[in-house]
Amino acid sequence: MNALIRFFRAPWTFWIALLLITWTLSTWSFPLYKALDARWIIRFPSQLQVPLDVWLTAFFKWLQNDADLFFFTFRDLTRFLSSLIEWPYDQVRALMADGFESGQGSNAVEIAPPLSWIAVIFILIALGRYARDWWLAALVGGCFVYLAVFGQWDSAMVTLSSVIIAVPIGVALGLGIGILTYRLPWFDRLIRPILDLMQTVPVFAYLVPVLVLFGFGPVAALIATLIYATPPMVRIASLALKSVPTEVVEAGRIVGCTERQMMWRVLVPSAMPTLMVGVNQVIMLTLNMVIIASMIGAGGLGFDVLSALRRLDIGGGIEAGVAIVVMAIALDRLSQAFVRRPPSAILPANLGTLRRHPWLVTTLVVVVVTYLLGLFLPAVQSYPAALTLTTGTFWSDAMEWININYFDTFEAVKSFFLTVLLLPVKRFFSGIPWAWGIIAMGLAAWRVGGWRLGLMAALMTTFIAASGFWAKAMITIYLCGVSVLIAYAIGVPLGIWAGQNTRVNSVVGAIMDTLQTLPSFVYLIPVVMLFRVGDFSAMIAIVLYALAPAVRYAAHGIRSIDPQMIEAGLVSGCTPRQLLWRVKLPLAAPSLLLGLNQTIMLALSMLVITALVGTRDLGQEVYIALTKADTGHGIVAGLCVAFIAIIADRILTALSKSSKQRVEAA
Amino acid sequence: MKHSTTLVAGLLAALISTSSLAAPESQDPIKITTHDWTGQIVNSTILGKLLQKAGYNVEYVQADYIAQFAGLETGDLHVATEIWETTGREAMDAAVATGKVVNMGEGGMQAIEEWWYPAYMEEVCPGLPDWKALNDCASEFATAETAPLGRYLGGPVTWGGFDDERVKALEMDFEVVHAGTDAALFAELESAYQRKAPIVLWLYEPHWAPAKFEGSFIKFPPYSAECYQDPSVGINPNAAYDCGKPTGPIWKVSWAGLEDKWPGAAKIIKDYTLTNADMGALVTKVDLDGVSIDAAADEWIAANEAAWSKWLAQ
Repeated sequence: MNALIRFFRAPWTFWIALLLITWTLSTWSFPLYKALDARWIIRFPSQLQVPLDVWLTAFFKWLQNDADLFFFTFRDLTRFLSSLIEWPYDQVRALMADGFESGQGSNAVEIAPPLSWIAVIFILIALGRYARDWWLAALVGGCFVYLAVFGQWDSAMVTLSSVIIAVPIGVALGLGIGILTYRLPWFDRLIRPILDLMQTVPVFAYLVPVLVLFGFGPVAALIATLIYATPPMVRIASLALKSVPTEVVEAGRIVGCTERQMMWRVLVPSAMPTLMVGVNQVIMLTLNMVIIASMIGAGGLGFDVLSALRRLDIGGGIEAGVAIVVMAIALDRLSQAFVRRPPSAILPANLGTLRRHPWLVTTLVVVVVTYLLGLFLPAVQSYPAALTLTTGTFWSDAMEWININYFDTFEAVKSFFLTVLLLPVKRFFSGIPWAWGIIAMGLAAWRVGGWRLGLMAALMTTFIAASGFWAKAMITIYLCGVSVLIAYAIGVPLGIWAGQNTRVNSVVGAIMDTLQTLPSFVYLIPVVMLFRVGDFSAMIAIVLYALAPAVRYAAHGIRSIDPQMIEAGLVSGCTPRQLLWRVKLPLAAPSLLLGLNQTIMLALSMLVITALVGTRDLGQEVYIALTKADTGHGIVAGLCVAFIAIIADRILTALSKSSKQRVEAA
Repeated sequence: MKHSTTLVAGLLAALISTSSLAAPESQDPIKITTHDWTGQIVNSTILGKLLQKAGYNVEYVQADYIAQFAGLETGDLHVATEIWETTGREAMDAAVATGKVVNMGEGGMQAIEEWWYPAYMEEVCPGLPDWKALNDCASEFATAETAPLGRYLGGPVTWGGFDDERVKALEMDFEVVHAGTDAALFAELESAYQRKAPIVLWLYEPHWAPAKFEGSFIKFPPYSAECYQDPSVGINPNAAYDCGKPTGPIWKVSWAGLEDKWPGAAKIIKDYTLTNADMGALVTKVDLDGVSIDAAADEWIAANEAAWSKWLAQ
């Protein structure tokens, strides 16, 4: 009897019971509906569906055409904002890529050429040397030489111009909002859910209204990029300001700082290293957006990738894709070096400008000289086309060889995974009746994070059911769930290995950087060639993209364990195996959970891309809405994706909090 | 400096306009949209170059195929050269209904969309391209996921096309699998073609694929509007869609204000046409032979002076 009571009190009994009930209902929901003739069991009754998408579409129509703010229309306001961005963007783009012109359209006459390729590379090398050392200078210079040699220069400069404009705006906005959240706690509470939505609603969902409100062309793409890339900066700024040590703030008070001095002379400088992490994130996310931005007129490398793959030019796609990776790596390493750079020594003023700023002066000289030379020597102005390299048909030929020789092997592997893993999981999730889904979600969230979380999860799940996307949402959860499982199963061991071995770490780190910045479109097409259109191809694409956080956080967790703990384990006679399982893994658990959280977020953000290979999930709904310019439909489907992400995030945050408490208690 | 540039610009404009055939109206740029497929970009480039020859100022703006209608309504964009009857009709009708966008007539090309198979399948399935012969060897096209049914790779769901309905109505032993984009569609075709593996999929013309790969369209019972609307018409008396797909023109559309601002340009745009054969050759040149879009457009213009001089002469 006692044993039975203990069995029901055990923490895992709840989870087993929940799973069993869900499984039973999922398996029998269809026969149940047939037996009772109650279709509402598997389908949300259509008369109860909320036509939110229709309302939203009408609202956006009104906003675009009629919204009047007394003196001007709403669209005038957004057009004004976009002209504010357009002017500096045009100047930067003229300087980097197009040259300065007078006149419009085909009547335009070039007045002055853009910076020569030699000057741009020299500026970057100088920046690398200034930020750290010659190694960094060589790396950054090498990356940009690649762009010139492989004939990607012009497109790369267009992409670089949008990075140059988007990053400062994103950083300034992010810092501004971050400061507000620091000063006003109510604003912090208000903005948090908005940030969640900005990061999780797929970009495709709001592309059409952005285009109409901000006009066609690169500026609309910049705005979409900013919506996506700013939130991490806000979060990091808010966190950085809050974690400035109280002693520093006290010291500021004692010397009598005003509110403004306190912010700009005390808080922001002390938070600078953390703030630079935010800058780095904005750069990376901006580069992540180049493909989507190119779909709405940003041009540049993203457009090259897209158009190469539309003609099945795999080599061309890879070359342009690698150019994006190379640029991301150069900018990432540079910005990280600036974070770690020790403050420079202050030199006496009587040294003269040349001695005090040798790099600045040399760079200026090089820029001016190459600019003037470029007017007469075309090879100085732009890299000579005759000297460019290309991989030509190498990649297509390699692909053909693999395809002809190994297709059957791949087919066998695919069938195995489909029958053993994908199809059973798909059946399980698609069978869950919506009513029970809401209850189960609420119960699970309540168990992990208390009644507030439970209520929130149940409400969000109800929203998904009531907007008529239940079946698609279940397919989404199945596809992302399986992919996250596989990514995590591969990523965590890799991360643990990398965390214990520096050489492995540098190799794995480089691969992860590449996977995260290489546009997924580049490998999506070869994957489709080998695995055909379908869920399996989508799964591979998601796994490849979502692998990075699983690896990084696991490695970070292992590396940041207090060496004394490991020492203690060794002294008490642990074998390496015991050391890993009994000491390292439990201590790294909070970090591992955070990694899981990020893996899920990235998997969900890949949904729209996988819709391009023909999945039938929420991502497809968003994509369909985009191609039909149906704003309301897209936003509602996007909100469903966001809610799934938010529920997963909150549950895992609650879990990681409790596991952190456990680690600290131990 | 500023003065001299305006002077140069003015001189150049004068030079252009004296060499042109019609007197231009406004020197604001006419914005022509370009999308992400080669054929459309070549098409827009040729039209742009012709308008330039007539003395107009032209600017190309990259815009999404469907999203561009919002810009055409507001006057942000002015001309779109390819709205396919088969994929863009709904969006075009909705835009024309607002009164802010006008249909500038047929672009000369006919869109063909149908089931397509590579030539090597004729040995396996004698009797092709007849659809009954295809159905008789449906099992040849089966894969692990679809067996015992054959696998037909359809276009993205957004393209419509009623393939699911067609398979049901004609009682074909096929399962329709939808690709997400046309890039995925052609990736599968390339893969199967390399291995000489069975495949039947949605293809369309004008496009480079029918030029690069050898094969034919399946012959279904011919399309008629009644066949789509009336179940009693056609082979299956109880179902609609028991026939092939319609072919349709590719339309040109423009912003409604274009005719007032640039009446001469509007005439040229209305007259301008390009045939399927021309487009096939142009796309093949660019996508398969690596000729630049600009050069291909210039070649076409050099070879077809007889045609375009008439359009410009009015």
